[in-house]
Amino acid sequence: MGGDIFFRMRGIDKDYHLAGESVHVLKKINLDLQEGDYLSVLGPSGSGKSTLMNIIGCLDIPTAGEYILRGRAVEDLDENELAGLRNREIGFIFQNSQLLPRLTARKNVELPLIYAGVRPRERRERAEAMLERVGLSDRMEHLPSQLSGGQQQRVAIARAMVCNPSILLADEPTGALDQKTGAQIMELFQELNDEHRTVVMITHDLKIASRARRIVHIIDGEITEGGLHDA
Amino acid sequence: MRRRVRANFVMWGESIRMALDNIRGNKVRSFLTLLGIMIGVMAVITLITTVSGVSGTISSSFSSLGVGTLTVSVTGSDLKTGMTPEDLAVISALDSVDGVVPTVSLNGRVSYGSNVQTSFRVTGRNAYYFKANEDLIVQGRPLTFVDDDNHSYVCVISQNVVDEFFLGINPVGETLYVAGLPFTIVGRYEEDSGGGVASIFSGSPDVIIPYTTGLKVNNSNEVTSYTVYLKEGADSATAKAEIEEAMDTLFDFEEDCYTVASMETIEERMETMTTMMSSLLAGIASIALLVGGIGIMNMMLTTVTERTAEIGLKKALGAIPWQIQSQFLLESFMLSLFGGLCGAAMGLILSYALCQVLGTNFVFNGGAVLLGVGFSAAVGIIFGWAPARKASRLNPIDALRAV
Repeated sequence: MGGDIFFRMRGIDKDYHLAGESVHVLKKINLDLQEGDYLSVLGPSGSGKSTLMNIIGCLDIPTAGEYILRGRAVEDLDENELAGLRNREIGFIFQNSQLLPRLTARKNVELPLIYAGVRPRERRERAEAMLERVGLSDRMEHLPSQLSGGQQQRVAIARAMVCNPSILLADEPTGALDQKTGAQIMELFQELNDEHRTVVMITHDLKIASRARRIVHIIDGEITEGGLHDA
Repeated sequence: MRRRVRANFVMWGESIRMALDNIRGNKVRSFLTLLGIMIGVMAVITLITTVSGVSGTISSSFSSLGVGTLTVSVTGSDLKTGMTPEDLAVISALDSVDGVVPTVSLNGRVSYGSNVQTSFRVTGRNAYYFKANEDLIVQGRPLTFVDDDNHSYVCVISQNVVDEFFLGINPVGETLYVAGLPFTIVGRYEEDSGGGVASIFSGSPDVIIPYTTGLKVNNSNEVTSYTVYLKEGADSATAKAEIEEAMDTLFDFEEDCYTVASMETIEERMETMTTMMSSLLAGIASIALLVGGIGIMNMMLTTVTERTAEIGLKKALGAIPWQIQSQFLLESFMLSLFGGLCGAAMGLILSYALCQVLGTNFVFNGGAVLLGVGFSAAVGIIFGWAPARKASRLNPIDALRAV
């Protein structure tokens, strides 16, 4: 697959200051990801996996270490550039789909395109195409409250993909779903990866994680298995 | 850079729709928040429109009295209490003066046959008055210089008198009793409009007789009030100086014997007064707008807190801080603009009603509407700025965690 390095992490540290106390959330993380790969980050809650996801997704900046995403050092970017990077390169999928309740499915999917400066007509076409891709062509004008949990998650996936990002970053995407629906969503991720889309899945569930091509375990802010132990 | 400019442009249309959605989704709260703005704008528009309506009516009644006259009120000194006909002739002869109209007020009942009226106003004037106001007489003849010289017992009457005494009768030639004395009616006038400043305060007369006759009836030979008609193109300030000089001579340079009032000075004074009134009222209204603005800020801060998750999500999807900020700014702008428009509509309706009640002309004052609406929109931007900035600075991770 591909072979191009998608991102490179070297010695990533992340500290949080909570109530005067410093919490060392991530410790010396070294991690590489190839384009087109399918990676699971497996760890119990509190292990730092969500923080890792935030750093991968450019929502957060590491305290120390080097994070290079598609050849760009993330710590050098300002807030606007980070926003642009998130918009173009990263498709977020959250546990509880995070759709805006007052917007229809199509409008929700159009949202990232608005920030990308795409004109209304093209926006509509691309959102419709993406909803079709996730199997919701008959639900485009429904509000999130009129959709089932699985359908909502599909809308979220369509929204994540509509800007044609280089990576899909999913945080417990099946956490709020029943098993059958969860399996369907996992099937969708598999298909998307088969179409050469890079996927990173954050989960605490080994069964989910094992669908990936590659698994890294994270415990207490350290990668214990599957990462790069030496730079 | 270009991407960002275009993104902003594309986003605005969407933001307007989102803002409208949010206002619609919070109808009661938006309405309550907007009450302050609405009342402020309503007050601004009502006050400005009503004040300008009233002052417009006053100044139009001024200008109908004709610029180009000065009114002199004489209080007199111990030695000399008023103006004799000879004194008036001195004033008439001044360079910038075309003529002088004395005003002699008479007390007493007016009667025709057995019908007696006490409310009619009887005034003594001269022939020049009818010369200077040619269109005044609509029936019969005006008073003449001969009437003045002979102290004739003749009069001209207003429509009021006709309505009271002479319905269906030709009044010319009939005899009217004023203060018990018989006057022959020689003419009828439509409306007295040339009385100068004096008639604003004393009202227009119902019966006009020769002033010389009036003096005789009053058992006096001095006039205490007269209106000076200036020559065409004469400067009112120059004329005023000339009159004052002549008056000083006539009254032996005693002080405080008379006052000369020109239409311009009175109009100016009125204008200063209405300007002062307007700015005072505008000051009060802007306090209401300030309070309204604080209400909007409060609501926007609540909105930002409520929508923390939405802000976090939008940031995750690639919204730059300015896009978040401008969305909230636009929302508070639209909110207060909407309040301003409602207030403007209410203000126009209210001021229309007020003008009807006060009997003045309702004039649509576009400036006041623009001022009110513009001010409220500005309030939205000013008071929306801090909450919008707060929204744009939220850390996306904290914001997302707030679900």
